[in-house]
Amino acid sequence: MLRISCPYCGTRDEVEFHCGGDSHIVRPGPEVSDAEWSDYLFNRKNPKGVHYERWCHDFGCGQWFNVARDTVTHEIHAVYRMGDPAPDLEQ
Amino acid sequence: MSQPYRTAEGGRIDLSRPLGFTFNGKPYQGYRGDTLASALLANGVRVVSRSFKFHRPRGILSAGVEESNALLGVDYGSGTLPLIRATRMPLLDGLRAESQNCFPSVNFDLLRVLDYTRPLWPAGFYNKVFKWPSWHAFEWAIRKTAGLGRLPEGEDPARYRHMNAHCDVLVVGAGPAGLMAALEAARAGDHVIVVEQDTEPGGSLLYDPAEINGQSPDNCRAETMQALNACGNVRVMVSATVVGYYDHNVLTIHDCSSAYRREDPAEVFWKIRAGRVVLATGAIEQPLMFGNNDLPGIMLAGAMHQYASRYGVHCGRRVAGVVNNDLAWHSVVALQDAGMEIAAIIDTRDAVNEQVTDLARERDIAIHIGAAPLYARGSYMVRKLEYRDGKGRSGSIDCDAIAMSGGMNPTVHLYSQAGGKLRYDKDLACFTPHECRQQVAVVGAANGEFATPHSYNIGPRTPSPAKTNTQWIDFLHDVTASDIELAWRENYRSVEHLKRYTTVGMAVDQGKTSNLNALTLLGELTDRTPGEVGTTTFRPMFMPVTMGAIAGNRRGDFYAPAKLLPAHEWHLAKGAAFDDYGGWKRPAYYGNNRERCIVREVLKVREAVGLFDGSSLGKIEVKGPDAAEFLNRIYVNTVPTLKPGKVRYGLMLNEKGVAMDDGVFLRLAEDHFLVNTTSAHADRITAWLEEWHQCEWPDLDLVLTPVTSQWAVATVAGPQARAVLGSLPGMLDLSAENLPHMSFASGVFEDGTDYRIQRVSFTGEQSYELSVPADRATALFERIWLVGQAHDIGMFGVESLTLLRLEKGFFEVGVETDGSTNPFDIGFGGIIANKKGDFIGARSLERAEDRRADRRQLVGFEPEERKATVLAGAHIVTGTGSGRRSEGFVTSACMSPTLGRTVGLALLERGAQRKGETIQLYDQGQIVSARIVDTCFYDPDGERMRG
Repeated sequence: MLRISCPYCGTRDEVEFHCGGDSHIVRPGPEVSDAEWSDYLFNRKNPKGVHYERWCHDFGCGQWFNVARDTVTHEIHAVYRMGDPAPDLEQ
Repeated sequence: MSQPYRTAEGGRIDLSRPLGFTFNGKPYQGYRGDTLASALLANGVRVVSRSFKFHRPRGILSAGVEESNALLGVDYGSGTLPLIRATRMPLLDGLRAESQNCFPSVNFDLLRVLDYTRPLWPAGFYNKVFKWPSWHAFEWAIRKTAGLGRLPEGEDPARYRHMNAHCDVLVVGAGPAGLMAALEAARAGDHVIVVEQDTEPGGSLLYDPAEINGQSPDNCRAETMQALNACGNVRVMVSATVVGYYDHNVLTIHDCSSAYRREDPAEVFWKIRAGRVVLATGAIEQPLMFGNNDLPGIMLAGAMHQYASRYGVHCGRRVAGVVNNDLAWHSVVALQDAGMEIAAIIDTRDAVNEQVTDLARERDIAIHIGAAPLYARGSYMVRKLEYRDGKGRSGSIDCDAIAMSGGMNPTVHLYSQAGGKLRYDKDLACFTPHECRQQVAVVGAANGEFATPHSYNIGPRTPSPAKTNTQWIDFLHDVTASDIELAWRENYRSVEHLKRYTTVGMAVDQGKTSNLNALTLLGELTDRTPGEVGTTTFRPMFMPVTMGAIAGNRRGDFYAPAKLLPAHEWHLAKGAAFDDYGGWKRPAYYGNNRERCIVREVLKVREAVGLFDGSSLGKIEVKGPDAAEFLNRIYVNTVPTLKPGKVRYGLMLNEKGVAMDDGVFLRLAEDHFLVNTTSAHADRITAWLEEWHQCEWPDLDLVLTPVTSQWAVATVAGPQARAVLGSLPGMLDLSAENLPHMSFASGVFEDGTDYRIQRVSFTGEQSYELSVPADRATALFERIWLVGQAHDIGMFGVESLTLLRLEKGFFEVGVETDGSTNPFDIGFGGIIANKKGDFIGARSLERAEDRRADRRQLVGFEPEERKATVLAGAHIVTGTGSGRRSEGFVTSACMSPTLGRTVGLALLERGAQRKGETIQLYDQGQIVSARIVDTCFYDPDGERMRG
């Protein structure tokens, strides 16, 4: 059960949040090819290591924010606001 | 004589507090402080159960969590609970225990025939036999004999609770190492929780005479507990087992302390968040492999020592010790010090230090070094042990108990659950903690320090020269050494395959006394060290946990919170029969007879006027300069062209172009909209809108406010609707010119209640949805009901609404649509062609797949037989023989009260082009012919709605 630091509310238990999967996905415009659109809809990297994902504080402030979490150790390396660029983490 | 195996001193037991209990109906006596196991042993009860597969007689094996034989049905007040370990169950007055898995009794079990035919049932036998004529011919018999224990019947009378806590340091285990760690942390100012699964703290201090830092174990224990209690920041829990270790130092505890005091709630399930964790979980002694090592009377040496020392119970009169390590010698000779006769000690190692053998010589105990135990003999309990000594000569020892020790194995389950990696220690011949990413330390025996202050020098863990199919490895699942060999011969050589093929370690003890022997043996067969073979994954729960404890109080009405309409009581008084609709309790119909009521309600709405509660529909306010632009990207329909005061229907898609939700939206002002969603999706769509706004389009200037529960909505529908509502004092002009269909207006009733009235119809009749603040709901419904009497008003519920909308061919998202239905399929081609601007799902609709002409499209149908019964889910079939296939299915159908015939909607390949065609509906073996017609069966021009 993770402990997540909401940038607005502080440290809370995982049950207050829900994970929205990969962050930093750029929604393509309507002119892209079928392959590019399909990539946007279905393909994700699924890394073993640092994963940049978005979480929503459902049972708190209701805000979305970003988390850099290690998919193996579950260590949370960074929490940053929605819209901010991903931090540069040496791995 | 009562309790023939209890010593006069009684160990630590207070002999002045006797308790009565029964076992298999027979009354016995024990004492407060006993476990059920110690009390049974004191009374000389040897056979307590029958083994899982072969129904062999079994006795108590251990004194702790690792017990694999004495799993009994126990009733101490709340009904008989199955699979209770007698070694962990504190003896309570009036407790009733029974053997499981035996018929007719534990002393005479008919199914022992399986033991006498053992060669037929090796590991994995079910993959090889029962093939002809088919598995199912034998299944009933196998199911009857499989399993252990009976489930109690009826509702669980016990109540359970969940608790949460956090601390700086969580210490698991209150043995000497755990208590020391707790004291150190407490003295440093940390808030400490110590959790002990036994009924009192102390661990080995309760029976091991070895001194701790020059102090007697009793003094050490008393002083440490006193010091801990004096710290003031320490909580000590007993009869509580830490069962799971999760991410970020969250651990779960199964706490039975209240249950054993027979208080309410019975069991408590804790979730603890710890700053750091100290695991002092000890080590578990392993059995040795030799012939018939599962006979009653054969026990782990340390356990026998604990029974003698702590409980004052002799596990036999004349004991033979069979060991492979120095540490076990101390346990065995201690038995003589406690008054038992030791027949001999057999040590499988070729050489043993003099210091160790002196322990036996001082006590005149015969010893056999470099000897191999061969077979334990006896029918219902051990009578003698046959062995071969170091020089190859055969011998036998008369005994009524055997104390065996195959060495210790640290209890690393929680450490592994935490993500800790193990390493195989060659000198200790076991797995010890290596490294862990979480904030956890392992101390004491669990860290491999189980021998201190004695020597260890453990010898090999190998089967004896006896026949391997008589040497038991997993007592609970009845797995022998020959089963391991079988797995190896059949090429199941990975530890994961070994586990699953033989089921070793898969029983409710999770291999606490079997895994190490099994993988060591597999290593020998495949020329690998145990470290190379490795272990399988340790998973929660460490010990079985009652389902009730996990549920806590989330049962019955508390299982899921129900959402009630603001006028719930009023509907109840009107005879509403409620049902669950997307989390809301809504009236399905009003009255007693479901079918008759639904028909009556439909006709009432068509002929006069009906009153319906639409409060549960989702309502979201979208306000800001960019509100129209935002909603235009959300909906398929065009938004910005809607004028203030008007209402428009909207369909939402997901990014894959699939219909997701629908409802009307109102323009309250240039920058202010009210979005309606279906009742079930109100929360989901609010979250959806927030997600798109916050994550994708944060530059759009708007605010979203969910107001579903702020407004109660009374829907008045029927030819008399206008007349009814018009007679409410303060109601605005409801003429068609002032309030046309798909428009809304606001007003104030004479009593000051704000209202908004929108003209929207899902029934196909003239229909108004009147919204007031939720706390005025009951008053509003009552008022409408009263003025409606003059117009023959009646209540109608969700079920009749479903029929009314079906007669009009109005689809319901999730009923007429599924996970692949796009808007083209349900007739939105024109709207999409006229839509300007990108919207969610738009790009997906450009795909060739989404535009195929032969997609399943929404159609109406009428069976040729007017009153034929057609059910949703019936398939439309075409073709013959092997070419027969489904080309669609019925989504909704009903016997229409208004039309006096059956009508329905279906999704049919190329449906849009097949009007007039006759199709075949297949349902449960019957074929019904039907004609494809337009989706709207009633008032196709919509005059009744728009008047």
